Amino acid sequence: MTGVAAVPSRVMLRKLTSRRLRRPKSWATAIAVVVLGSIIGLVIFGPMIAPYDPNTTLGSTYMQSSKEFLLGTDALGRDVTSRVLTGGQTVLMYAAVATVLAYIAGLALGMLAGFVRGSVDNVVMRIVDVLLAFPTLVFVLLLAAAFGRGMPSIVFATALIQATAVARIIRTATLEQSVRGFVEAAVARGERTHTVLIREILPNIAPTLAADVGLRFTWSVLLLASVNFLGLGLQPPTADWGLMISENRGGMDLNPLAVLAPAAILGALTVSINVISDAWADKGI
Amino acid sequence: MTVTSLEQAPPSGVITTRQKLRRSPLVRFVAGRVFAGVVTLFALSLLVFLACSVIPGDAASQVLGKHASGEALEHMRALMGLDRPVWERYGAWMTGFLHGDLGNTVGGYSSGTEISVWSQVKGPLNNSLVLGLVAFVPIVGVSLLFGTLSAVRSGKWVDQLISVLTLVPAALPEFVVGALLIALCASWLDVLPAVSLIPPGQNPLLTPELLVLPVLTLIAVTVGPASRMIRAGMVEALRSDWVLAARLNGVAERRVLTGYALRNALAPSIQVFALIAQYLIGGLIVVEYLYGYPGIGKELVEALAIRDSIEVQSVTMLLAIVVIATTVLADLLVMLVVPKLRTEAA
Amino acid sequence: MSEHDKVALSVRGLRVVVAESGLPIVDGVDFDVHRDEVLGIVGESGSGKTTTALAVLGYASSGAAIDAGTIAVDGASVLDMTDRELRAFRGDRVSYVPQNAGRALNPSFRISTSFADVVRSPAGASKDKASSSLAAVDLPTGDEFLRRMPHQLSGGQQQRVTIAMALSGEPSVVVMDEPTTGLDVVTQASVIEEIRRLRTSRSIAIVYVSHDLAVVSQLADRIAVMYAGRIVEVGPAEQILARPRHPYTRGLVEATPDHTRPSRLVPMAGTVAQIGERPTGCSFAPRCEQSTTECTVEQPALVQQWGRAVACHHASETATVRPRVPIQVDERPCDAPVLEVHGLSASHRSRGETVVVASDINFELYKGECVALVGESGSGKTTISRSLVGLKIPDSGSIRFHGEPVPTRVRRRTPAQRQGIQYIFQDPFDALNPRRQVGDELSHTIRAFRRQSRRDASREVDALLDRVRLPKATASRYPRQLSGGERQRVAIARALASKPEVLICDEITSALDVSVQAAVLEMLTDLRNDLGLSMLLITHDLGVVSVVADRVLVLRNGIICETGAVQDVLAAPQHEYTRKLVAAAPSFVQLNETAYG
Repeated sequence: MTGVAAVPSRVMLRKLTSRRLRRPKSWATAIAVVVLGSIIGLVIFGPMIAPYDPNTTLGSTYMQSSKEFLLGTDALGRDVTSRVLTGGQTVLMYAAVATVLAYIAGLALGMLAGFVRGSVDNVVMRIVDVLLAFPTLVFVLLLAAAFGRGMPSIVFATALIQATAVARIIRTATLEQSVRGFVEAAVARGERTHTVLIREILPNIAPTLAADVGLRFTWSVLLLASVNFLGLGLQPPTADWGLMISENRGGMDLNPLAVLAPAAILGALTVSINVISDAWADKGI
Repeated sequence: MTVTSLEQAPPSGVITTRQKLRRSPLVRFVAGRVFAGVVTLFALSLLVFLACSVIPGDAASQVLGKHASGEALEHMRALMGLDRPVWERYGAWMTGFLHGDLGNTVGGYSSGTEISVWSQVKGPLNNSLVLGLVAFVPIVGVSLLFGTLSAVRSGKWVDQLISVLTLVPAALPEFVVGALLIALCASWLDVLPAVSLIPPGQNPLLTPELLVLPVLTLIAVTVGPASRMIRAGMVEALRSDWVLAARLNGVAERRVLTGYALRNALAPSIQVFALIAQYLIGGLIVVEYLYGYPGIGKELVEALAIRDSIEVQSVTMLLAIVVIATTVLADLLVMLVVPKLRTEAA
Repeated sequence: MSEHDKVALSVRGLRVVVAESGLPIVDGVDFDVHRDEVLGIVGESGSGKTTTALAVLGYASSGAAIDAGTIAVDGASVLDMTDRELRAFRGDRVSYVPQNAGRALNPSFRISTSFADVVRSPAGASKDKASSSLAAVDLPTGDEFLRRMPHQLSGGQQQRVTIAMALSGEPSVVVMDEPTTGLDVVTQASVIEEIRRLRTSRSIAIVYVSHDLAVVSQLADRIAVMYAGRIVEVGPAEQILARPRHPYTRGLVEATPDHTRPSRLVPMAGTVAQIGERPTGCSFAPRCEQSTTECTVEQPALVQQWGRAVACHHASETATVRPRVPIQVDERPCDAPVLEVHGLSASHRSRGETVVVASDINFELYKGECVALVGESGSGKTTISRSLVGLKIPDSGSIRFHGEPVPTRVRRRTPAQRQGIQYIFQDPFDALNPRRQVGDELSHTIRAFRRQSRRDASREVDALLDRVRLPKATASRYPRQLSGGERQRVAIARALASKPEVLICDEITSALDVSVQAAVLEMLTDLRNDLGLSMLLITHDLGVVSVVADRVLVLRNGIICETGAVQDVLAAPQHEYTRKLVAAAPSFVQLNETAYG
């Protein structure tokens, strides 16, 4: 079990650090920043500029794009444009909360495990191995089944599983730092554990953290959107991009935009975050 | 003044105070890994049981509804085996599982009959295996190809091209990629069906056109990260000292690539593919649901939707077994491939 | 000898540059190597010696490119070859012995397979070739050995295998890139012996690259000294070492410790310029005592004189090597010892087994003296030193500081104990927090031990930097802006910040260039005298021991096998292991005993 468990974080780190920043990539990054900025703007201001109420049936089902309904209507005759504009808030907000929680827990646990080592490390890592043995989505769904279907339990489940992944990466990074001369010098001076962790180790694992943040957030978004898509998260009539893709599948022949619009914006979000975090990883390390 | 040679056996350099075990290191390694896998499975089973049978509460009232009489509830509980203490239920579930009895679905109880989980799950499990394997093979092939190519031509346009090609689909969720593929191939071009409904009991391989889109979706999403990880392993292997030494001693370049670089990148690659297999299991859920493909993923989603805790419990456990088995297999393959692990002096 | 007169390798005007910027790594290098001859290329980091050696094989590492020059092996021009010709050429006419044999052998291949790849004969013959090559380096030739994997061989065996592989193609020239680095001293000596034998028995030309002048002196017929990408002096080994004409060569000879004639080392001022920052004119001029304005304007050319070629405008003025003044050993007062160790034993767990690393160690350290703990890797010396400072918990035994027992764990020690015993690490590149400025690091250490205002602390920081002979400006720099030697000085300053009585120095100069090492060791000796410090010096290098330490403890497999005053132990070692160590440690004196061929 430990064979596979130990490799992914190292391989992931290597994957992130082994590519160079080249010119074509820098304009890709610039585009990504613009795209991400626009999406964030859209999410924040979307509800204010939505032309109609996203939950009211205003036309017949699956109408094509027209001057009245820019992106047409969906399975229940609601305006797709308004739904797209309001459909990002919940996912992004929950993903952010989950990611932050994951980092708080994962950072603390990972640093402790990597620095103190011994039985603390063993116990924490065994638990991490077990939790990470499940495919992530299955785990989240399982916890959702346990705690009920509301978003809080799903966010908690996402945070938990992300925390274990973060803990493993941070643990490896901390281990690497712990054996360096200046850390041992601090230990030999008799400095307390928390002092050493914050003053000596944390600044030196910051690059690892920075490289991980973007991907971690994307992963949270993907996870939550997938759960919503499966109908096991947010429930209709809530406007959510993942849910919209699921709801409007049947009308692909009539109004593909009902599926493609949320798909496109969700895709643009995750791709741009990926591109930016790749570039950041290249520069920062 | 000549110095006498002081060559010793492989440097232990220190005095051991305990006798080394006489058993073959190979056997110990295999046993160790398998044992670790079994232990993990037990831990997982506890977690799953906790999540499905303990926390959610009484399944009987779910079946009979809120207004059922106390007597009817008692009767249902006895029928479902819920009146026994927790550890007994866990034990019963586990022993049943090991004998192939995965319990009966809650949905079955609702309709007044007993429907075994296994009967519900048998067919979909088979279908998912087919889908998974059909997707796995091209993923392995393509990512090996892309990964090796980008590593050997690291930094050049081939590398960049592959990087860009694989980056975008990899960043998208499966259902987005799937939705796009459906829009493209089914709605617009109308060459492939949008839905992959296969009649129960039928071998999915008989209707390959129904497999194409789901497989393509899985491939599109997985090839990106897989190639990158393969690339990283290959780049590391190419940078090694033995590759340089071989080149400086005039070994033919092709031999260097295959024997000195690739050969030593096998171990990390195997672990990458184990990771991919693990990931596929999760990906199957979304893809099957999207295409309506009657696999275990779709089954799980439906069970979750109707809150069939017993079915969810057993299906999750099945998936866990597949994942752990894959991991252990990968570790054993790595051991075969890395000579150092096979011998004692590691 | 007519064989000897044949020039096997001829290099003219070699120029290797950084591919992107065009900055020269190696510029204008000329030398010849005859058959039956060993040319030792000596240089410190930044000298370009490895780049030159690899260029002989037609290879430039990634990021570098061979820009100009001719390299002729048996008349064939290496730099004009196509890739295919080059591949046929390597292993056949020129071969390579790598630095770290353990990492240069394919870990997935048996020795026989690795051999088969290098040997160019038809299938059956490769095994015979392998056997005969192995026999030539004194290794077993049976199937059992050939079927082994690299990790099943010892370090010395691995190195001999790479030498055997290099010889199997019967090349004219063999390039050896510091092949004995990482081997323990005794193994190193036997490998060097092997190389010496091969030189004459096979009539090959050997290019031996090394940073260690003493090692090269045991092996080389001729020596080429490189500095900042150029050869500054080249000629017969004996002449160059006895009477160097280039100030840098002289500096190197004076900075290299020799345990057969221990004396105070003379460090060279300044540091080597990095690629791209080399001054116009003579690169060594900024550090040279006899430089004039002429030296900063014009690059000196190699001029044949005094039986060798030297590139210096003022070569005639170069003074002789300072005579080795034997070290004065003062009578140290024998009061109560500062540090006492009784019955120390330590072990660690590895793969479920307990491995004893140190067993029943006893010694004392008195005020003002320096005791050396000598041993090879795995001897337990690092474990013992780490136990003293609390980084490793021993299994048993006691440590006393000024008679008071010292708890094994750092947290339980008194502040006086923590301040009194300080540790300096081996790797200067890891010793300092890369994210903190030097001044911050020192100030933080000071205030961790004593309550002081920032201003007072910063004044102390200046004083500390001064003590370790670093400019005040160092306080605002980050470790990555400092050289290895400078970082080690900062590490020493940090140790001094607590006003310690005992300094434990764990191989602190092993990672440094010879000249930098000399400066650091000299500084330590002065500090010891000025501040009355006691030092425990952990090292594997007998030369360093002879120059810095008063007493020595010889460790082998976790047990002290001999102790005594340094001069006594070096002159007349009692224990068999010590005798082997002393005999194997490289020195200059042996040069006189080595005949040519």
